Amino acid sequence: MPERTARELFLGEGPGTGSGSQNLYVNMGPAHPAMHGIIRIFAELDGEVVVKGDVEIGYLHRAFEKECEIGPYNNAIPFTDRLNYVSPLINNFAYASAVEKLLDIEITERCKYIRVVMSEISRVCDHLTCVGASAMELGAFTVFLYMIKAREFLWELVEDVTGARLTISYGRVGGVKADLPDGFGIKVRKAFAEVRQVLSEVHTLITGNRIFMDRMVGVGALSAGESIAWGITGPLLRAAGVPFDLRRVQPYWAYDRVEFEVPLGKNGDNFDRYLVRMAEMGQSMRMVEQALERMPGGAINVDFEGREIPVDAYVDLGKQGKTEGLLLLPITLSPNLQGQGRAAQERVNVADKTVVMPPKETAYGSIEGLMNHFMLVMDGYGIRPPAGEAYFAAEGANGELGFYVVSDGSDRPYRVRCRPPCLPPVAALPRMIEGQMVADIIPTFGSVNMIGGELDR
Amino acid sequence: MDGSTILARLRARLGARVLETHEHHGDHTAVVAREGIVDALSYCRDNAELRFDMLMDLTAVDYLKFPGREDGPRFDVVYHLYSVAHNHRVRLKVQVEQDAASVPTATGLWPIANWFEREVWDMFGIRFEGHPDLRRLLMYEEFVGHPLRKDYPIERRQPLIGPNV
Repeated sequence: MPERTARELFLGEGPGTGSGSQNLYVNMGPAHPAMHGIIRIFAELDGEVVVKGDVEIGYLHRAFEKECEIGPYNNAIPFTDRLNYVSPLINNFAYASAVEKLLDIEITERCKYIRVVMSEISRVCDHLTCVGASAMELGAFTVFLYMIKAREFLWELVEDVTGARLTISYGRVGGVKADLPDGFGIKVRKAFAEVRQVLSEVHTLITGNRIFMDRMVGVGALSAGESIAWGITGPLLRAAGVPFDLRRVQPYWAYDRVEFEVPLGKNGDNFDRYLVRMAEMGQSMRMVEQALERMPGGAINVDFEGREIPVDAYVDLGKQGKTEGLLLLPITLSPNLQGQGRAAQERVNVADKTVVMPPKETAYGSIEGLMNHFMLVMDGYGIRPPAGEAYFAAEGANGELGFYVVSDGSDRPYRVRCRPPCLPPVAALPRMIEGQMVADIIPTFGSVNMIGGELDR
Repeated sequence: MDGSTILARLRARLGARVLETHEHHGDHTAVVAREGIVDALSYCRDNAELRFDMLMDLTAVDYLKFPGREDGPRFDVVYHLYSVAHNHRVRLKVQVEQDAASVPTATGLWPIANWFEREVWDMFGIRFEGHPDLRRLLMYEEFVGHPLRKDYPIERRQPLIGPNV
């Protein structure tokens, strides 16, 4: 084809322009605000209609699976935090459960309830972020602000329990890092009241809103059969009317002991996905309340009597070797920053010291604890599940979050595979946007809830 | 249907092409010969009582340094199947040698196999015969080697790409 001059291009004249319309190629991302930073859609457009979309990922690939192979089992916990940065607790627990399956150990009853409580709080955070961000991308900035405000209340709860907001590292193979803090139930009730208020405000703002519905109803739809063929799970599948929820169909932890409903959609379009997520938040909060009510073990955290010393002072004494009498000292420990109370540890973790990391106070405060700690983290030591393989699936906020762990009998995992819940919907994204308008890419991509850390690993 | 019945069905259908079956920690696995895998997968998907309608996961394991398997087939390609209709699971595996590291594609059965297989190709260098578009998924095209292979050192640095680097 002969070269066109700039003038011909500008005026749409010259060879190649006279024979009907020409398709236009548009790169969205990988640094486009609506692409959440790290994904690229190479779209072929005919006018404003998407003819073909090619989705490119991998911009955030950090070799999660390779990194897991180089350290002991417990060292992978901080890596799993970074998989889904809005609901890292679920990733922590799912990985730990896969290793527990490999070890054939059962966590304590109280720990199961704690995992349910913290997972469901995370799920609400995740849905709040997803719905808020996609509403903002459609211009409803108020919704985003309200929902992030609600998420803040929940992140304060997470911070209370784990000591961190995002990189929580709270799960442990065989248990959790710490017990729930004093008065946690009261704080949860307060936070949930705020969240419920926000949810009802958001319903008023956008659920019947003309602009919002025009952009969501009938957009980006996938049928139930297609969703299954594409391996899609979670809210996207349920929006298409398939009642697949691992918490219901293959219950784990304490999910068979709490009552909840599985919200379903009908059309599998963006609007149904939004409604399913909104309803799921309500159900999650319901589950947390029941779990807190039924949690075995009586009061949360024991009331120690006697002298109290701050945790940091206790740890400093231990580090300086001033350990005389330290273990006899009754203390009230902050459960979130350093470790957990000695009495609580017995309750939360499994008794097997060859599996569970000791709390930091014990590691710093006694030679037995120090040795116990070292024996679990030193190169060549650590837990050694028998050779074999195990797959554990948990219901992540986006769908089935699976960990496939292969052990060769040594102290480090031979292979860790994470089945990311948001990969299948992103793979099916071209199917959802082809034939739609270019503006429909934005709400559809938002409804997929792509999480870069998990997608690229 | 429980796992052992599923495995018995597979053995009855595929005969000697099922090389081995086992149960670890409640997960049921069948190791299928390379030439029987598409047959096994489509049987799993289409049989009314099995109805494994979802390819939940597809990945691979490099057994190069696995104790006791140094001389055996190097790679396992692992399929995790789930049935939404019947709520049961099974794991299928294919063992492949390094020299002939290729498996027939499953893209004809499930569209999601497309991306999963691209990822396995990218990370392990296992080819999928008949795949419509076998490109790297996570790494860039100029990347040399396959990072999840056991003989790919974790410290290896590759040169930056781009003009005039």
